[in-house]
Amino acid sequence: MHRCDRRDVAEEEEEEEFSLAQKKQLVMEAELKQVLNDLDSLKHSLLDPSHHAPIDKLQSRIEHLTTLAKSEPVRRSKVKDMSAEVVDSNPYSRLMALQRMGIVQNYERIREFSVAIVGIGGVGSVAAEMLTRCGIGRLLLYDYDKVELANMNRLFFRPEQVGMTKTDAAVQTLSDINPDVVLESYTLNITTVQGFETFMSSLKNKYFRPAKEGSGVDLVLSCVDNYEARMAVNQACNELNQTWMESGVSEDAVSGHIQLLIPGETACFACAPPLVVASGVDERTLKREGVCAASLPTTMGVVAGLLVQNTLKLLLQFGHVSLYLGYNSLKDYFPTMEMRPNPQCSNAACLERQKEYILAKPARDAAAKTKMEAEALLATEIPLHADNEWNISVVDDSELEKTYATGSGPADALPEGLTHELPSADEFQKFPDADTTTATIDDLEELRKQLDALNA
Amino acid sequence: MEGWDPNTKSTLTQIPLLATKAGPRDGATWTQRLKEEYKALIAYTQMNKSNDNDWFRISAANPEGTRWTGKCWYVHNLLKYEFDLQFDIPVTYPSTAPEIELPQLDGKTQKMYRGGKICLTVHFKPLWAKNCPRFGIAHALCLGLAPWLAAEIPILVDSGMIKHKDDATSSTDS
Ligand SMILES: [Zn+2]
Repeated sequence: MHRCDRRDVAEEEEEEEFSLAQKKQLVMEAELKQVLNDLDSLKHSLLDPSHHAPIDKLQSRIEHLTTLAKSEPVRRSKVKDMSAEVVDSNPYSRLMALQRMGIVQNYERIREFSVAIVGIGGVGSVAAEMLTRCGIGRLLLYDYDKVELANMNRLFFRPEQVGMTKTDAAVQTLSDINPDVVLESYTLNITTVQGFETFMSSLKNKYFRPAKEGSGVDLVLSCVDNYEARMAVNQACNELNQTWMESGVSEDAVSGHIQLLIPGETACFACAPPLVVASGVDERTLKREGVCAASLPTTMGVVAGLLVQNTLKLLLQFGHVSLYLGYNSLKDYFPTMEMRPNPQCSNAACLERQKEYILAKPARDAAAKTKMEAEALLATEIPLHADNEWNISVVDDSELEKTYATGSGPADALPEGLTHELPSADEFQKFPDADTTTATIDDLEELRKQLDALNA
Repeated sequence: MEGWDPNTKSTLTQIPLLATKAGPRDGATWTQRLKEEYKALIAYTQMNKSNDNDWFRISAANPEGTRWTGKCWYVHNLLKYEFDLQFDIPVTYPSTAPEIELPQLDGKTQKMYRGGKICLTVHFKPLWAKNCPRFGIAHALCLGLAPWLAAEIPILVDSGMIKHKDDATSSTDS
């Protein structure tokens, strides 16, 4: 079902594409030459020389077209090392300037990172382009869908890509923009048993950076548009102990959010019903008849920007990484909060990660202490500049609303402007009556036959 | 159960509830869950037949019971419209409901996601979430597909998007 394009595979395809383009060019040149010849014979067959002028004009236009057809498409070659040199031909000069300005310590590290993007739609494709332009090391792209004309109100995909799988179309565009990025395309549905297995094994593959601890990727970005796929990403990341970020745009296209999920440390996606930004539009006045969902390139672009900004801050370790950041476009309101894991989470892998996190607390505390002492030492050695106090990143917890993600928690514990999308499961009750009434048969094959008999 | 018609409500309450919370990756407990799914489907089918409201056929398309295929139909103006029906059991089942697909209607209605997945009402997912793990395939058909067919098929027929199979070149029974 799926296809995986590693760099080498992608390159072969590019060559093929290129020779096809060359063939087209040769055909076009031959055709234009023929037109010139035809015009020449026409000119000679005309007795009245006053008609020669317009034919000469036509010929010169064709000659111009011929030179245009000969010009080859511009493709940049790969860059071995990221250079900070400020020249027109350096694609990374403005990014490396971040390092010179002291915003980022070591920008080049970006080439070591692998990011998996699940869902290459209005948010995922734009996030992929941003990371590609930033020079990310490797991108893994997952989607089962094809490009359609109905997607053209969003960014990234072009009309001529209609009919291609979104992952292949994305690889086509992204490899043109930045050939340095290793791109992998997975055309599959991660919610099915088979798709999920391929998803998991692709995340585990460490060929890109064998020495890396944990899985084969540094971050998973969920850019899907439905609860089912988010729950599948959550399942995989809980099992792999993989940090991930969730993103979403509301079905009415006017609000969105991003969320950082660190298994065991923050609430997982199943710890509490999904948290969404209330658009402020009354559900009862929202007209849903005849449509499933609306979308805007603006809201999706903003959410993709927030998502990749948070990704860069997390990977390159600068600034404050948001745990939850909402966006209400109608009010231009950005609520933030953080959620702790639910000790009664329904997801078994989440509970395991929570246990590990608690067990690792002494080691974590010791590491934090060492770090603080080292920083204090550094601070005494080097006199601080007056406005260097801003460099000491003390997260002001009072600004963030903390919530325990207990499923039964009251909705009014949420910060203003946020709401749960779904209710929690009711208290689990067993219904022995429902079970015993039909419990006479307990053989799967028998039951299957019984249903088949009814279906006949 | 706000937002549901009384008929759907009363039918729903008669479908046996399930007890095992297990998905297709859970081994032996999934087999247990599968048995409960069959029991609920058998009871629901029997109930529909005895109420003269038989409207679907469904059976597992693989031994693991992770893919299901069948038919469903709807009678409008005394004519029967029949469609292929299919869905996969998601890896996160039963926390998430199966996404029911009617591939023959893909692209014919706005009330559908890509691939022919039906667009459920705002009431479905909250009710499913609240009742996890007690709702199963039978409940998804009763709460998801039945109301969808009742709402969309008359519109599709009246607008000419689908034609009855006896009406010359039809696309409904291809
Ligand atoms: Zn959890």
